[in-house]
Amino acid sequence: MKRLFTLNRHLTERLGFSLITLMAVLTVVPIIGTVIYILAQGGHAISWEFLSGFPHDGMRAGGILPAIIGTFYLTIGTAIFSVPLGIAAAIYLSEYAADNRWTRLIRISIINLAGIPSVVYGLFGLGLFVLFLRFGTSILAASLTLSIMTLPVIISTSEEALRAVPQSFRTVSISLGATRWQTIRRIVLKEALPGILTGVILGLERAAGETAPILFTGAAFFLPRLPHSPLDATMALPYHLFVISTQVPNMPIQIQYGTALVLLVFVLTMNVIATVIRSRARARRQW
Amino acid sequence: MDKIIIEHLSLQYSDGTESLRDVSLGIREKAVTVLFGPAGGGKSTLLRCLNRLNDLTEVKTSAGRILIDGENILDPKTDVIALRRKVGMVFARPVVLPLSIRGNLTYGLELAGEKRKSKLDEAVERSLKLAALWDEVKERLDDPAIALSGGQQQRLCLARSLALQPEIILLDEPTSGLDPISTGKVEAALQELKKEYTIVLVPHSVQQAGRTADYAAFFLQGELVEYGEGKAMFTSPKEKRTEDYVTGRFG
Ligand SMILES: Nc1ncnc2c1ncn2[C@@H]1O[C@H](COP(=O)(O)OP(=O)(O)OP(=O)(O)O)[C@@H](O)[C@H]1O
Ligand SMILES: [Mg+2]
Repeated sequence: MKRLFTLNRHLTERLGFSLITLMAVLTVVPIIGTVIYILAQGGHAISWEFLSGFPHDGMRAGGILPAIIGTFYLTIGTAIFSVPLGIAAAIYLSEYAADNRWTRLIRISIINLAGIPSVVYGLFGLGLFVLFLRFGTSILAASLTLSIMTLPVIISTSEEALRAVPQSFRTVSISLGATRWQTIRRIVLKEALPGILTGVILGLERAAGETAPILFTGAAFFLPRLPHSPLDATMALPYHLFVISTQVPNMPIQIQYGTALVLLVFVLTMNVIATVIRSRARARRQW
Repeated sequence: MDKIIIEHLSLQYSDGTESLRDVSLGIREKAVTVLFGPAGGGKSTLLRCLNRLNDLTEVKTSAGRILIDGENILDPKTDVIALRRKVGMVFARPVVLPLSIRGNLTYGLELAGEKRKSKLDEAVERSLKLAALWDEVKERLDDPAIALSGGQQQRLCLARSLALQPEIILLDEPTSGLDPISTGKVEAALQELKKEYTIVLVPHSVQQAGRTADYAAFFLQGELVEYGEGKAMFTSPKEKRTEDYVTGRFG
């Protein structure tokens, strides 16, 4: 009887495990499925000409270089504004801000900002950067809009990374005659850097893949040349994909999927870099 | 001669705990003074006042003066950075910074503006020798400090504060996590160090207090109950409460 019972328990455990494994597999299947599908549909669109050429014949032929370069510029532009500001804000919140109502308010706002739909950011960017500040529909305006959208992610992940650095490091550093800022620069930031980088990349990755925020602020429907300055509008991968999928009749399907594939690779590469940084740092970490 | 003179020091944390109550005490130069007593007596609090590390915690009120070499270090105008270089501290749990062994030792000096490699190397060797760690680590100064054993880490922490050539060393239960052999090494190092430095030690046991103390101060719930020469304190305490504690009747 007792034996049967333990056997039973063993069985239940096995069953539970199998169920969990099954669910894990089920969540991964759609992702892998999507990737395989896009690869299969768009794989043969990828050629040197596709990656380095300009679109022609009403975007039904040629390459997507302006969109690739545009997304690249937008990502860099977003990084220029959001990374320093985001890290500075995280340092302020984690290292300097007193734990009072004001700080809590800031933190709650940041969390809420992260939940705002991206199209709302787009409208905000249109109002503030394009119209009020007269940047026009431009890389500058789009980058600023994407930065505002990215900031909450960067701030909260960076703050978390900073907070994870043991308090005792700070105490010891101060007791050795370091100022607060020296402690942050030489110990805390260095230890938090991998976590911060992960957050930065995840934030930028989101910026690179979004359509709505750049829709009214910087994305061009069709621009058969590379942008000349930050005040130029630009093509961008996500928006281009949207355009050729919905706005252009008789679009060859492999160009759509080819574009999707390029965007996917762009974003996944950033993701992989973030993962590598994180796991490397975790292996090296001393606390 | 008294290196540190504490006058009517009281301190209350922002949660209302009164951790020190009108403590007055002179700490002798080039000797080991132990602060002992049951948990919560205010020993660590007092120690953290001596290098103003309490600036990092939320203190509600503090009153009184602490004179080091005649200067009141609680004065807001005190240069706390210079103070902390002069008053080194070793904590209960060895906390090595995430740097190499050498990096830990030169950290404070580099912040103080020392760039000459010869000076830094000299400080590394001198401080490691003083902390009785040189022979064990001289071959691997550039290894991560975390790779050392707990006892070695604690001596590294001691060496790290010595590298700054302080005048006073504060140690808060520096051997609480160490085995008897490592403890012995630290205690032996202290006996050497007291020839040059003023040492304030919170021991992790009455036995250690007895072994190390030139002077001893007994703290009970924020109050300095008795203060005097170490030997006398542990053989014939004047106060009943001290006697009870020393002989193990409470605490
Ligand atoms: N940062 C702090 N905030 C609030 N109260 C504190 C803080 N640090 C210490 N206290 C309180 O002050 C009193 C004295 O604490 P302290 O750490 O100085 O005692 P101690 O003698 O070192 O004790 P132990 O032997 O346990 O280390 C205790 O009641 C403690 O709870
Ligand atoms: Mg203590």
